[in-house]
Amino acid sequence: MAKEHIDHGIKVVEMRNIVKKFGDFTANDGINLTVHKGEIHAILGENGAGKSTLMNQLYGLYKPTSGDIIINGKKLDMSTPRDAIAAGIGMVHQHFMLIQPFTVTENIVLGTEPRKGIVLDMATARKNVVEISQRYGLAIDPDAKIEDISVGMQQRVEILKALYRGADVLILDEPTASLTPQEIVELIDIMHNLTADGKSIILITHKLKEIKASADYCTIIRLGKYIDTVDVEAVTEDQLASMMVGRQVTFKVDKPEQPAGDVVLEVKDLHGVDYRGVEILRGLNLTVRKGEIVGIAGIDGNGQTELVEIITGLKKATKGQITINGVNIFNKPPRFGFVNGVSSIPADRQKHGLVLDFSVEENLVLQNYREPRFSKKGLLNREAIHAFAQDCVGKYDIRPGGCETRPAGTLSGGNQQKVIIAREVENNKDLLIAVNPTRGLDVGAIEYVHKYIVEQRNKGNAVLLVSFELDEIMSLSDRIDVIYAGQIVSEVAGKDADENELGLMMAGGEKNG
Amino acid sequence: MDKKKTPLEILASSKFVHTLLSIIIGFAVGALFLVIMGLSVGQAYGKLFQSIFSSIKSVSYCIVYATPYIATGLSVAFSFKTGVFNIGAEGQFVVGSMSACVVGILLGDLPPFVLIPLCFLAAALAGALWGTIVGILKTRWGINEVLSMIMFNWIAFFLSNYIAGFHAIHSEGNAEATRNISENARIIFSKDFISRLNLCPTANWGILLAIVLTVAVYFVIEKTTLGYELKAVGFNKSAAEYGGINVNRSILTSLAISGALAGIGGALLLLGMGGRISVFSSQEGYGFAGIVVALIGVTNPFGVFAAGLFYGAMTYGGSKLNLVGAPTQVVNIIMGTIVFFIAISSIFSYLKNLKKDKPVTPVKPVESGKEDDPE
Repeated sequence: MAKEHIDHGIKVVEMRNIVKKFGDFTANDGINLTVHKGEIHAILGENGAGKSTLMNQLYGLYKPTSGDIIINGKKLDMSTPRDAIAAGIGMVHQHFMLIQPFTVTENIVLGTEPRKGIVLDMATARKNVVEISQRYGLAIDPDAKIEDISVGMQQRVEILKALYRGADVLILDEPTASLTPQEIVELIDIMHNLTADGKSIILITHKLKEIKASADYCTIIRLGKYIDTVDVEAVTEDQLASMMVGRQVTFKVDKPEQPAGDVVLEVKDLHGVDYRGVEILRGLNLTVRKGEIVGIAGIDGNGQTELVEIITGLKKATKGQITINGVNIFNKPPRFGFVNGVSSIPADRQKHGLVLDFSVEENLVLQNYREPRFSKKGLLNREAIHAFAQDCVGKYDIRPGGCETRPAGTLSGGNQQKVIIAREVENNKDLLIAVNPTRGLDVGAIEYVHKYIVEQRNKGNAVLLVSFELDEIMSLSDRIDVIYAGQIVSEVAGKDADENELGLMMAGGEKNG
Repeated sequence: MDKKKTPLEILASSKFVHTLLSIIIGFAVGALFLVIMGLSVGQAYGKLFQSIFSSIKSVSYCIVYATPYIATGLSVAFSFKTGVFNIGAEGQFVVGSMSACVVGILLGDLPPFVLIPLCFLAAALAGALWGTIVGILKTRWGINEVLSMIMFNWIAFFLSNYIAGFHAIHSEGNAEATRNISENARIIFSKDFISRLNLCPTANWGILLAIVLTVAVYFVIEKTTLGYELKAVGFNKSAAEYGGINVNRSILTSLAISGALAGIGGALLLLGMGGRISVFSSQEGYGFAGIVVALIGVTNPFGVFAAGLFYGAMTYGGSKLNLVGAPTQVVNIIMGTIVFFIAISSIFSYLKNLKKDKPVTPVKPVESGKEDDPE
C-alpha cells in the first residue's frame, strides 16, 4: 500500500503521554498517538487493554488524568463530546446510537436539523444527506427507516452522521464486529474513499486481518501501556499478535490426523420454523462422528441458529429425527439432551450461557448441580462446588484468579467465555456444540478457546462448530458443511477448503468442479 | 476492580448503609411535614419512640404487630429472589387467614397440638393455591402475573367477606364478622405468663414461627438445589432453561412457596391477635405492607425479619401519635419515603462515583463483554 494519500506534514491528532486513572487503577499509562491527515491508524489491543478509554478521552467523554491532546496543532482541554465534535472528531460506536423508527435522513440531521422558522425543513435535510452520501460514495436510501435496514447500512448512517457534523477524524470502534464478510469489504472501501478525500480514520480493533487490509499505521497498547507504533506494511500478522498479547501466539492448532469413529449426532430431514413462523429449516441432514469437528459454514439467517436451538432442546422442530448415540432426542427438553450427551457453548453467552448475577462457581455447575458430587438430598454441597470451581479457575486460567465467588457479570467477556468453556468441557459429553465460540474475543483468548475445542475432538468426542468466522471454521473443522436456505447444500473436507469457494457456496452458488 | 477495600469502604458500599440512610431521610421528610403542619417534631417523634420503647408491654405489642408483616415480607422477598413479583401477597394473606378461621371454628374441638398445625397448614395451602393459580395463568397463557394478582387480591377480598356470612361460621351476635375461633386454636401465651412478664394481652408464640420461617427461607434460598434453581430462573430464564432447569415449574414452585408464606401470615394474625375475621370494608394491606418490608429488608430473609420488626413498631408507635395531636399518617409518609429512597439506592452509588471522578454515564458496553476492566 503506497502512502501518497497521507499528508505527513499535517498532524490532525496528537495525544501525548496520556495517563488516565480510575481510582487506583491506571487504564492508560503514558500513551502516545499521532495521526496524520489522510491516514488510517489502527489501535490494537486485547480486551481491556485501554483502547476504548483512550478514544473516549479523545472524544471528550473522559478527561485525562495527565497528558495533552492536540488537534490540528491546537491544544484542547476537552470536557464534553460537544467540544470534540466542534474540533472535528467524530465517533462511530460499536453499538449504534440510532433511533429505530426514524428515517435515515432524520437520524443523520438529528440535533442539527435545518429549519424554516420553527418548522423542520426536511426537504433541505434530505438534499444535504443525499449530497454528502454521494460525495463520499456511501450509498444509502435517505427515506428508509433504520429498523428496516441492515447492520452494514446502519453503520453507513453512523458514518454519515459524523461526516454531516463536519468530522475530519473518524473514530471507528470495532466497526466490523457485527458485519458480514461482504459488508467488511465494503466498509474497507469506504474507509479508503474517505482518506482519499483527506479524512483521517482511527480504527479500534483486535482483528489483525482487517488491520493488514486497511490501516497504514498501527499503535499497539497492552495492559494500558504504550507498546509501539508500526508501519502496517512492515509487519506480519504474527508479529502484531505477539506485540498485542506479549507472547508468541500460534494460529495453527495442533490437530493430529485421526479417523472419525461412530456416529454421535444424526439429524435427518429436519424441518423447523423461525420466530415468525416462517419455515427456515427445510429438510436438513447432518451427521457428526466421534473424534471429528464438523463446521457449519453459512451466512447468518440460513437456519443455523434454529438448528442449534432444536438440537439443544430450546426450540421445537416441526418434523424430522435427531439422535445422539442412537437415542432419540427429537423435541425433548434441554435436560434430556444433556443427560444423553449434549453439551453446548451457546451463541449468546450472556443470555443463555451464564446467569450473570450468579457467582462463577454457581455458574460452573449450572447443569450438574444435581449430581451427587454437588448436592445430596436437595442440599447443595457448597464446599464441593467451591473446590470444583477453584480447580476450573486454575485449569482454565479464568481471571482474575480467586474469582470463584464473584458474580460472573463482573468478569470480562473473554473470561466469561472461559467459564462457559470450562463448564462444558468439564461436562465431557459425547457431543459439544460450539456456536460462535470466539465472538468478541481477542487473539489470546481465541487461541485458548480453539485449543480446548480441538482437545475435545482429540479425546474422541464429536464437535459441531457453528461460526460466522470462516477462518475459524476452516482452521478447526475436519469436515465443513455449508448451510444455505435451511439445508446442508455441500460438504468439503476441512483441509481442502478454499475460502472463495466456500463463500460462493454460502451465497447459494454451486461448487465449482 | 481488584482494589483492596477497607472494611469501612465495604460497609459504605453495602445495602445496609443505603437502607440506614434511607431510614434517616424518611424521618427527615416526616419531620418536614410535621413542621409544615405546625407541629413539634420533637414532641411527635418523642411520642413515637416513647410508645415503642417505654415498657416491656409496648415492646411486646410491637412484636405482636410485626409478626404477620414478617411473614408477608418473607413472601414478597422470596418471590423477588426468584424473579416474580408477588404483589398478590395481599390476597394470599386473606385466603390463608380465612382458611385458618374456618378450620379453627369448625374443628374447634380438636386438641391444640392438632388444631393449631392444622390451621397453619390450611392457611399455607390456601395461600399456595392462590399463588399457583396465578402461576398457571402466567405459564400456560402468558398472562402477566402482576395484573392477575391484583385481581386475585380482590377476589380473595370478596370471597372472604362472602364466606364470613356463612351460617356455619358467622357470628351469633350482630357483629359483621365470623364467630371467634376455638380457644384451642389460639397461640396466645398463657394469662399467667403474660401477667407475670407484664406483656401485652395478645403476646403470642407467632414470633417463634416467624423466626423459624426466616431461617427456613434463608436455608431454602442459599443451601438447597431448589433455591438454586429458583434463583437461576429469577436471574436469567434463558440460561436456566439452557442449563436444563424447567422454568415453568420453577415459577409455579416459587409462587406456591411465596403464597404459602403469605397465607401463614394470615393465620398468624388470626390465631395470634384477632381470633375472628370481620367483613372487610377495604383491603387491609398486610400483603402490600409485605412489599415495603421486603424492600426495606433488601430481600434478605434476616433483613426482612428486622424490617418486619421495624414496620410493626412504627405501626404500633404511629397509632399513638394522635395522642399528641399528630396524624398517624406521618408514619406512612416516613415508610413511603424510605421505600422510595431504597428503590433509588443506585443514586447513592452514583453520587459516590461522581465524587471520585469515575465515569458514570457512558460506554460500558457490557453486552459485548469488552469492559475496560483490568484483568
